[in-house]
Amino acid sequence: MQTADVIIVGGGIHGCSTALHLALRGLKPILIEKDYAGRHASGVNAGGVRQLMRHIAEIPLSIRSMDIWEKIQDLVEDDCGFDSHGQVLVAEDESELAPMRDRVAELNLRGFNHEELIDAKELRRLVPAVAESCPGGVVSRRDGAANPAQTTTAFRRMAERRGARIIEGVRVDTVKRDGGHWYVTAGSEVYSAPVLVNAAGAWGGKLAAMLGEPVPLEVVAPMLMITSRVPTFIKPVVILRGRKLSFKQFENGTVMIGGGYLGRAYPDTNETDLDWTQLKNNARTVWDLFPIMREATIVRAWAGIEAKMPDDIPVLGPSRKHDGLFHQFGFSLHGFQLGPGTGDTMAELIATGKTNISLEAFRPDRFETADIGDKHEH
Amino acid sequence: MSFPESLHAAYDVIVIGAGPAGLAAAATTAEAGLRTLLVDENSAPGGQIYRAITTSPLKNSSILGKDYEAGNDLVHTFEKSGADRLAGCTVWSLDRERVVGLSCGGEARLIKAERVIIATGAMERPFPIPGWTLPGVMTIGAGQTLLKSSGLIPSGRLALAGQGPLLWLYAAQILRAGGHIAAIFDTTPLANYISAAPHLPGFVFSPYWIKGLGLIREVKRVVKIVTGVTRLEAQGKNKLQTLVWEAGSRTGSIDLDVLMLHQGVVPHVNLAMAAGIKHEWDDIQLCFRPVLDESGNSSIKGIMIAGDGAGIGGAESAAERGRLAAIDTVANLRPDALAQIPSRDNVRNRLAQTMRGRAFLDHLYRPSKVFRIPQDASTIVCRCEEITAGEIRASIAIGATGPNQLKAYRRTGMGPCQGRLCGLTVTELMADERGKSPEEIGYYRLRSPVKPISLAELASIPQDETAIKAVVRG
Repeated sequence: MQTADVIIVGGGIHGCSTALHLALRGLKPILIEKDYAGRHASGVNAGGVRQLMRHIAEIPLSIRSMDIWEKIQDLVEDDCGFDSHGQVLVAEDESELAPMRDRVAELNLRGFNHEELIDAKELRRLVPAVAESCPGGVVSRRDGAANPAQTTTAFRRMAERRGARIIEGVRVDTVKRDGGHWYVTAGSEVYSAPVLVNAAGAWGGKLAAMLGEPVPLEVVAPMLMITSRVPTFIKPVVILRGRKLSFKQFENGTVMIGGGYLGRAYPDTNETDLDWTQLKNNARTVWDLFPIMREATIVRAWAGIEAKMPDDIPVLGPSRKHDGLFHQFGFSLHGFQLGPGTGDTMAELIATGKTNISLEAFRPDRFETADIGDKHEH
Repeated sequence: MSFPESLHAAYDVIVIGAGPAGLAAAATTAEAGLRTLLVDENSAPGGQIYRAITTSPLKNSSILGKDYEAGNDLVHTFEKSGADRLAGCTVWSLDRERVVGLSCGGEARLIKAERVIIATGAMERPFPIPGWTLPGVMTIGAGQTLLKSSGLIPSGRLALAGQGPLLWLYAAQILRAGGHIAAIFDTTPLANYISAAPHLPGFVFSPYWIKGLGLIREVKRVVKIVTGVTRLEAQGKNKLQTLVWEAGSRTGSIDLDVLMLHQGVVPHVNLAMAAGIKHEWDDIQLCFRPVLDESGNSSIKGIMIAGDGAGIGGAESAAERGRLAAIDTVANLRPDALAQIPSRDNVRNRLAQTMRGRAFLDHLYRPSKVFRIPQDASTIVCRCEEITAGEIRASIAIGATGPNQLKAYRRTGMGPCQGRLCGLTVTELMADERGKSPEEIGYYRLRSPVKPISLAELASIPQDETAIKAVVRG
């Protein structure tokens, strides 16, 4: 049997970040990952480092994360491919701009100033290639993008260097609690610690259910595409809300096209299928919005396996069922940017018993009045 | 070319690839009355082996040889069968629901079939020597494509290097067409003659024996051959100038304009892997090949693989494996039509005959490790991203454990070739460096689009099935 202070299940950006921050606080974590760190959503997402358009409850975590992102090299000795050219939400017409105006006003009232309403002129300055008809939008200037696999791997590597044990290629079979300790059987080994963190991403719902705390998690497969190189024409990440789109040009000229269109996920075999009838809609939106892209070629497409909650915010914080159990999953297609700050917050919570960041909105029992299991059918 | 109006919205059988396996498979299912579509990215049928069989400018059939002419029979039988053919059409996607993504003349379609038979054949094994990316260095396969389709032979001082039946065939074809070859550098490891010897009896009774020896004799009469070659390096400033070679303790160099490399062919697995079909490592042929039953059924229901894509067997066996897949398809979809097509037993027997001698060739032409796993740190492995063997070894040292993690470190396999030119090299190099088997290390996880598709084509896919029908049927 191997003992530790904390056992973390799941080697995504969240598990690795929590492991690193626990190690920095002098604790000894063991992280168990069934495949390898960054194999799923954390390694293959769009890499968006975005505060823009976040759920109000996530904003404090997002800001805490942003502060870490801006000094990411100091933390993990790797630049993680992070660049900060801002993220822009484009309104395609006046009816889309009105709710944006309301949202920015509300954020300002709450004391958040990272989102800025922009007019057509500023939009055209930031995104010259956007269609003439767009009347404005919202910018978050500190936002940007990073390389997700590079980032997750860097967190994994640094966690290990700071004293975390990372065990990859081993699946958790059983979890038992006895005398204030968790006993986790994985492969041929038993691991024991007083604290357990469920950072198992798309598989987090299964683990939570195993521990008697089921949540209505849907396993989904968001898809992304990359184009051939085109002349550099856009710096910030561009997102739409009416029609789904996220759009980012890399320094080498290739363009990533996403927006949350879903393929089919097979979490038991780690497989996904792309749904080209959906990606076609994605291509159509780019065709309409960026005429410059019409000659581009799609060279790669893929999907990752990710957890989605009914209210699109994560399950995060202490269990309501067991002492010494913490959840950190269900980030609903936008957890990458939150990784650094959430790991820091979780480590603080585990090490000191408290944190200033409110996790109330993310309680695992918030769905209890709803009919759990309903969502699995979709 | 664009999609014809006669194209149906769904088919009983879609066959992908118009080489010997695809032609034979599509002809057989169509003869049995199944609605069959044969898709191929070339404008003329024949695949690689019978490339340009109907259009080649080489009217003198003695140049390409009698075996090449055999392609004519396959094409004629196919043309009488009633199958639809989409030429100049790219297959960029296939999924486990058997929906095939096609693009043709700037438009794209998604078409579903009850059965899909993948007959995408073989591709040349990567041959990563120092300097292999210099202009002037090309593969023998590419050279032969030019010869068959345009009647072109290389100009300037030419050498061939490598091993395998195609090398000798191409050398003979060049000579017959009036070309000149300065030297051939034979990389067949001398130890292979010993490991292949037990399989010699089977080979002696195969048709390859007489033909193969004849070709080699024909070439050796006029071309200088260096055997037992253990190192090759192409040198030159902006293009190939010199080939430096070693053969055991012998060394030398030769000034060249063109160097053609070849060390055998391996199954073209990209489409099958992207569909999610299970593959395994073949330690004799040194490549991944799909896990199939005797008829060619893959791990995904309704998707079959025939021909060299199922494991290298050559053109004649490819046609028989195409028929075998077709017979299984007819047995499942229209059993009452089985009487109209060749019997399974006959095809099986002919297949066994064509496979005679294969074990000898597999052992004799099993390429040497030094030419599969680059020893020099500066040798480029991934041509698209220009990543060297040394850079890959450095990534392994800091934690990359397999080809898919390596992508995150070095972007290998993420360029336009989708890993075709580096996949096997990366797997074998990582396996060697980490003391694991290639099976354990695995291959790139491949995805559609397996061939690039333009944004415009993707956006052109009709809205749904009814829309497809409406557009197609006008």
